[in-house]
Amino acid sequence: MAWFLRKSKNISETTQREMPDGLWTKCPSCATIIYRKELEEHAFTCPKCEHHFRIGSNKYVDVLFDPGSFHEMDESVRSADPLEFTDTRPYKARLKEAYSRSGLPDAVTTGMGTIDGKVISFGCMNFGFIGGSMGSVVGEKFLRAAKRSLDQRVPFVFISASGGARMQEAALSLMQMAKTSAVLSELAENGIPYISILTDPTTGGVSASYAMLGDIIIGEPKALIGFAGPRVIEQTIRKKLPEGFQRSEFLLEHGFLDMVVHRKDLRKSLSKVLGMLGGGANA
Amino acid sequence: MASNITLDFEKPIVELEKKIAEMRALADTLDIQPQIEDLEGQVDELRADVYRNLTRWQRVQIARHPDRPYTLDYFTHCFTEFTELHGDRAFRDDPAIVGGLARLQGRPVMVVGHQKGRDTKSNLYRNFGMPQPDGYRKAFRLFQMAEKFKIPVICLLDTPGAFPGLEAEERGQAEAIAKNLLLMSSLRVPMIITIIGEGASGGALGIGIGDRILMLENAWYSVIAPESCSSILWRSWEYKEQAAEALKLTATDLVQQGIVDRIVPEPVGGAHRIPEEMFNTVQSVLVEELESLEKIPVEQLVQQRREKFYGMGVWTE
Ligand SMILES: [Zn+2]
Repeated sequence: MAWFLRKSKNISETTQREMPDGLWTKCPSCATIIYRKELEEHAFTCPKCEHHFRIGSNKYVDVLFDPGSFHEMDESVRSADPLEFTDTRPYKARLKEAYSRSGLPDAVTTGMGTIDGKVISFGCMNFGFIGGSMGSVVGEKFLRAAKRSLDQRVPFVFISASGGARMQEAALSLMQMAKTSAVLSELAENGIPYISILTDPTTGGVSASYAMLGDIIIGEPKALIGFAGPRVIEQTIRKKLPEGFQRSEFLLEHGFLDMVVHRKDLRKSLSKVLGMLGGGANA
Repeated sequence: MASNITLDFEKPIVELEKKIAEMRALADTLDIQPQIEDLEGQVDELRADVYRNLTRWQRVQIARHPDRPYTLDYFTHCFTEFTELHGDRAFRDDPAIVGGLARLQGRPVMVVGHQKGRDTKSNLYRNFGMPQPDGYRKAFRLFQMAEKFKIPVICLLDTPGAFPGLEAEERGQAEAIAKNLLLMSSLRVPMIITIIGEGASGGALGIGIGDRILMLENAWYSVIAPESCSSILWRSWEYKEQAAEALKLTATDLVQQGIVDRIVPEPVGGAHRIPEEMFNTVQSVLVEELESLEKIPVEQLVQQRREKFYGMGVWTE
């Protein structure tokens, strides 16, 4: 196996499996037609086969927080193209397109709110923004959100969805793995709970840093979780991977997740462990 | 250990050297000593000139030169009493990461680094310097031991990346790297990182957090190798030169980006040309850096280390 076969990071900009906005949608897994209202009632999962649609931070806020309690922060932190990176297109053009297509400021949304009255600092990645890739903005917003946990002594909850590091920020994006892990070491020393929720997909540099560092790590059903993407591994070992490889249930079996939780039950599970771990001041 | 491999841009230098060798063979019978000396001067100038104007891709090629000193070469030449320590105490000993105790000018240190092989056999054994989770967990164990006995840590980075294999994933490659990042952020001893060859992605960073980040003049460090970057962004393997330029992955680039603290100069012609000179430079730089770190109280040291990484990144607001 040579280095030139290593085609890692797998940052895809496609959003095809994201939640569409129409009145009804077809489940990509079982082909059932699901109406919007029904989908919302099921926390954006298929009522028939439990397929978990990829949703962004806005919908996770709706699913998890006490209504109206969440306040977004640091939304003005934006990518700066420090390397003036150009491949087939300039990074600046890719960013511009991502802003208009997603309506989001970057691949992460952060803020504070309450779950069953318990105050938490929160962050959630958006796979729809350049494949949820981690660059300087993700690292900086993660740092600030974790610092808020530290300063206010409230738990930190973070939802990952990422293809890995943002290549257009090169070594600077790699360093975000170090930056985010470093602040988690401060939380650990100060007894602040950190709960990491892994959704489809969580791979590359995100999986090899904060995603895998939770005191409690929760996976959504069938989420793809791993360091190398399946395609890269198949190229390396020159055979097909077994069914279910690198999925949440596989990681649970191998000891890398505490639990696999259906999105409908996520709020309840979070509330329960937050209550027992403490650190959460009542609102 | 010379492999007689000539990189493209070195060809004019090698041509001249050949010519000099031919003339030397005739020097006993012909009086051509002045011409030989003249050519020797020319070859030195040419080499200096070529190495002053290297492109980023050319530096990547030097960083991968098969004759380049590897981690164990530094362990045995810059240190004394190197005593290798094996295994993660959980599953196996990963030969792609080596480590152990050694002395740096008399003082005990814990040394850890990626290890590549030089030929097919040793490369298979070392997995081309691509660690499995067990390698990162061995490093974790050695870091903890260093902290326990208050011994500084020195890490040498040289890897094309963490191994993307089935068993590596099964045993938690991501978790193993992440745990190291967490531990290295809070380890209560001085830590010096030196990128000696290839610093590819999380596989390199997995033993790469420290108080001082040093980088050899012709090493490279980035989130991805130029070839892989080319294949993903250009959808072809052909754009590696452009990818290397775009990634800005050289030591000078990384100093400008605020990631690397100090460039360690290599002999003209690269570390492999005069290894002894390289070992001497690395040794004296490590001693100097360690002496300055040892003066800092440990609480302050750890907080400074974190702040250093908190400051990395560029954004607008
Ligand atoms: Zn379905």
